[in-house]
Amino acid sequence: MTDMPISTAPKRSLYAQDARTKKRNRAEARFRTYGMAAVLTGILALIVLLTSILGNGLSSFRQTYISYPIELAAERLDPEGNRNPEEMASVTTFGYVPVLAMSLQAFLEGEGIEHSMGGRELAAMLSEEAPAQIRNMVLANPDLIGTTIDAQILVGGRIDGFFKGRVTMESAERDRNVSVAQLELAQVLADLGIVETRFNWDFITWPDASGSRPEAAGLGVAIIGSFYMMLVVLALALPIGVAASIYLEEFAPKNRLTDLIEVNISNLAAVPSIVFGILGLAVFINFMNFNQSSPLVGGLVLTLMTLPTIIIATRASLRAVPPSIRQAALGLGASKMQSIFHHVLPLAMPGILTGTIIGLAQALGETAPLLLIGMVAFVREYPDFLSTHSNTFPLMGDGATALPVQVYSWTQRSDPAFVERASGAIIVLLVFLLMMNLIAILLRRRFERRW
Amino acid sequence: MEDGNVNDMSGIDQGVAVTGTKMKARGVDVFYGDNHAIKEVDVDIADKTVTAFIGPSGCGKSTFLRVLNRMNDTIDICRVEGDVTLEGEDIYDPKVDPVQLRAKVGMVFQKPNPFPKSIFDNVAYGPRIHGLSRNKSDLEEIVEKSLRRAALWDEVKDRLNAPGTGLSGGQQQRLCIARAVATSPEVLLMDEPCSALDPIATAQVEELIDELRSRFSVVIVTHSMQQAARVSQKTAFFHLGNLVEFDDTDTIFTNPSDPRTESYITGRIG
Amino acid sequence: MLWILLALIFLGLLGYVLGRQRAVASASGDVRELHSLPNYYGLNVTLLTLVPALLVLGLWLIVQPIIVERTVAGQIPASFMEQVENPTLLMTEVRRLAGGIETAIERGFLNVEDAANLASDTDIRAQLAEAGVALGADVSTEVLAAAQDFRAMNATGATWMLIVVFALAFAGLAYSYVRTHKDLRARNRVEYAILSILMIASTLAILTTVGIVLSMLWDTRNFFQLYPWQDFFFGLEWRPSFEGGSELGLIPLLWGTLYISLIALLVAVPIGLFAAIYMAEYATKRVRSVAKPLIEVLAGIPTIVYGLFALITVGPMLRDYFAQPLGLGDSSSSVMTAGIVMGIMLIPFVSSLSDDIINSVPQTLRDGSYGLGATQSETVKQVILPAALPGIVGAVLLAASRAIGETMIVVLGAGAAARLDLNPFEAMTTVTVKIVGQLTGDTDFSSPEALVAFALGLTLFVITLGLNIFALYIVRKYREQYD
Ligand SMILES: Nc1ncnc2c1ncn2[C@@H]1O[C@H](COP(=O)(O)OP(=O)(O)OP(=O)(O)O)[C@@H](O)[C@H]1O
Ligand SMILES: [Mg+2]
Repeated sequence: MTDMPISTAPKRSLYAQDARTKKRNRAEARFRTYGMAAVLTGILALIVLLTSILGNGLSSFRQTYISYPIELAAERLDPEGNRNPEEMASVTTFGYVPVLAMSLQAFLEGEGIEHSMGGRELAAMLSEEAPAQIRNMVLANPDLIGTTIDAQILVGGRIDGFFKGRVTMESAERDRNVSVAQLELAQVLADLGIVETRFNWDFITWPDASGSRPEAAGLGVAIIGSFYMMLVVLALALPIGVAASIYLEEFAPKNRLTDLIEVNISNLAAVPSIVFGILGLAVFINFMNFNQSSPLVGGLVLTLMTLPTIIIATRASLRAVPPSIRQAALGLGASKMQSIFHHVLPLAMPGILTGTIIGLAQALGETAPLLLIGMVAFVREYPDFLSTHSNTFPLMGDGATALPVQVYSWTQRSDPAFVERASGAIIVLLVFLLMMNLIAILLRRRFERRW
Repeated sequence: MEDGNVNDMSGIDQGVAVTGTKMKARGVDVFYGDNHAIKEVDVDIADKTVTAFIGPSGCGKSTFLRVLNRMNDTIDICRVEGDVTLEGEDIYDPKVDPVQLRAKVGMVFQKPNPFPKSIFDNVAYGPRIHGLSRNKSDLEEIVEKSLRRAALWDEVKDRLNAPGTGLSGGQQQRLCIARAVATSPEVLLMDEPCSALDPIATAQVEELIDELRSRFSVVIVTHSMQQAARVSQKTAFFHLGNLVEFDDTDTIFTNPSDPRTESYITGRIG
Repeated sequence: MLWILLALIFLGLLGYVLGRQRAVASASGDVRELHSLPNYYGLNVTLLTLVPALLVLGLWLIVQPIIVERTVAGQIPASFMEQVENPTLLMTEVRRLAGGIETAIERGFLNVEDAANLASDTDIRAQLAEAGVALGADVSTEVLAAAQDFRAMNATGATWMLIVVFALAFAGLAYSYVRTHKDLRARNRVEYAILSILMIASTLAILTTVGIVLSMLWDTRNFFQLYPWQDFFFGLEWRPSFEGGSELGLIPLLWGTLYISLIALLVAVPIGLFAAIYMAEYATKRVRSVAKPLIEVLAGIPTIVYGLFALITVGPMLRDYFAQPLGLGDSSSSVMTAGIVMGIMLIPFVSSLSDDIINSVPQTLRDGSYGLGATQSETVKQVILPAALPGIVGAVLLAASRAIGETMIVVLGAGAAARLDLNPFEAMTTVTVKIVGQLTGDTDFSSPEALVAFALGLTLFVITLGLNIFALYIVRKYREQYD
């Protein structure tokens, strides 16, 4: 062994940082800053994302209405004059348009409000949905005919947009769907309190509306569709997932088959969701002839997709139950099955439920596979869970749509007002997800056990 | 490993001149949250000397060892009070960069912890980060010398590029010693360096420690009384966070002044 | 439907009560004499009553429509088939008509005899419209005949199903009831049955994979019979046209997919990795407890939300502030838009996986490095990352597989034009976008333009499967290293 010193570095005081240490410390500070910047970028992205959605979508919970006396002229709405709803139904929505327009014109004249528009332009300020609203009202209560009612009715999407800042005088000049004169009148009426923008629940309860009336488009049908699918997922994925997990975690012998299952589960968890859509399309729709876009098919596809998530969560919580519990039960002479169903499963339940809720949340937000099974169609009817066509095939269900799919269909429409609707729908979707996650967190808190 | 060794080693002790105090600790207290782990400890670490810390488990040996190179800084809840100096400079002074301190006060751990890199890169790690070599051949020289010094060179010279994790436990620990030696520290702290090793590897490491003494001051934590007696010149006995007795190894083992020391050494406590 | 289930459940409960009673009676009231607890005798009967009946019921519900469909389709005269332009839609028409007639009967607009005697010269369409059923086209004799066949077969099928299912349920009930005796090893039988059910549930994962592969293989085979596979795999043009003469080349789609995924990874990997390092090595507990869940929120947000974000915020912003001033194009949907947004989506994915992996690097390695006087960043860069590298590579591969399979962000953010281009501000399209594009709307599933989607799906599946298996393998190997 040599006695030569390894290094001939001169002795330095600890108090003075040498150049190299300074450089290293600067590198350290830089590295730390990168890390902090990365965390902040992530958080910033979240904030920008949420503000963008909220900024665009919150206004969809507010709608602009006009209220003025509407004279329901009998000669137009009930030509037979016998107040029989079935015959009155022959007056189509279209027949109500002049009724509303004329009443509006008369009202403005009576109030002495000046404007430079013809009747057609004036009528175009009202929503295309408004006549339908009044018609339904009249058909539900034929006695209204001949009276003058004070109703609040929807104004058109562009006028609504004007009060929400989406439409301006300048944009109106370039837009053939709205005129400056209409906006000016709307402003006058708003100052008088005849036109007002206020909160309402219709966005959540109404069904979708056609592309020319974004102001009447709602989420009711989509929420029900999503709800049915969640029921299917819950009813299938929870029991199957728990059964599979119990088998794999507690009973399965270590062999080729269980290895294969394990590999399959972890792979399925990472298979792109759209592939499940192709599976659903090929198997449930093209092969088994289930109805396109029925909640059942949607639910089945989502079940297959969420099953791995639930299985993974369930197995984790089964594994977290200490072996001493099993041994204690076995030691008392319980069979393995008994020890699992009586002792292990109840203890693992909170974890299982949490995993299930997270799986459901994932399914609730999933879009791509649903597009493939035909859920993009325009659906205005609230769907029945089971189709009542008793003698054909009962399990197939009616066509439905779902929340995220509704968002997608709205983004495909040309009227920019649908951007507001889509963002609003996302807010609703996020609120549902938030609630589900909160429940999951509470469950975990409430039942969290330390062994 | 015969008892006779105790006397052999103390014989060597006489031969080496003690060149003064390297590190000085005065009134050191360490807290882990509310747990008062070290209480008012004063110790002097002499230069070119092996100092052994002994004491029952949990008495704070490792904690005090980590005070000496500020490894406790990496534990959030740990708080150190009192003065610790290295050659008269307060190592807890705000001006002091722990990184620079640790280059001077190196450390070897209980469990061999080679990095998942080649043997060469393991040893070159310290010199590289501290910039101790001007060029590649310099670095190679440092690596070779350190490995020789750790008595590992002959075993690994043909496979310097093999992963360090592929060595045997004893080789790994010597690699870790080589790694610590390569930064040419002034003080080398060793926390139970032999507890994971078999008797033969232990003997090799002990021999090594004795060699290292000519160049560094070494502080070693050990649970083995024989080992303390064999390799150290000074011994500190800790008990429940207190430094009970600190004296020449000879004195501690032959004529302890505190009854607690005596009962520990004779196996009545600990 | 519902009442069949209810009736079966009732039988099951009945079986439980009967089985239990008989067992107790056989031990002349002394429960201790029984081999198993009385409940097990009940359960044994219930299981034998319900399980075979339910199995057959489920199977029947799946198989009957398939058989009926095939038979009815086979009975439509070939001469008529030739006249029809779109044979796949024909069966839809038949089904719709049959369903319409049923609805009309149900709502009381038709009675059963009338329905059976419907003739195509009476105006069925008007008749059904009265009942609130809208038909797309006028009804031809052949379709009507087929629809009547369809109804008849379904009705017979349903009757037989009832008979068989209930016969099975009663048989099971009777058999197990008679067999119930105090020496019957009821618990073992019940547990064996339950174990079998558990085992079957766990094989569903395999069935799903097999289903995915088979369904795509079948239609991909059909596709390659209509369109040469060389042109699909090596074609540089994507120009589907429903009049025929489509060019269905994979390369431009694959290019768009990979380009977008690359940008997404360039965003997600550094940010995710640095965020993970910061949170594992630097952040105080307080900071971590706030930042970590916030970043993980990004993972819980559905992809449609990211898609909309790309469409209404990121796309226009990139166009107005980058693409147009730089003269790189004026499309708001672009590779960049989709890539950046997808990158944001993947940040939590990369960061939480990396976080796990970094945390599993043993503390002794960190101590070793600090003990030699390394700074924290040196320790991270030279000890922790190399040690964690295999795991991190696995995480990145998993993220890549996510990016390649992601659909909604690219549908809304990347555009629909297939293009082989380098300009990242240009709209391009991906495999997933085209799968959605070719399979939504009214599609004729026998045309190559629709079938190509299955070939695309299979390609996607193979690529992501390969990545996943490889990544999971690496991660598992890595875990073993430190366990
Ligand atoms: N990281 C830590 N966090 C909290 N308390 C700690 C930590 N490390 C040590 N302690 C506590 O400090 C006290 C001294 O521990 P230390 O590890 O120094 O003992 P030791 O003498 O090295 O024991 P051993 O011989 O078993 O290694 C013990 O009570 C221990 O519980
Ligand atoms: Mg210790």
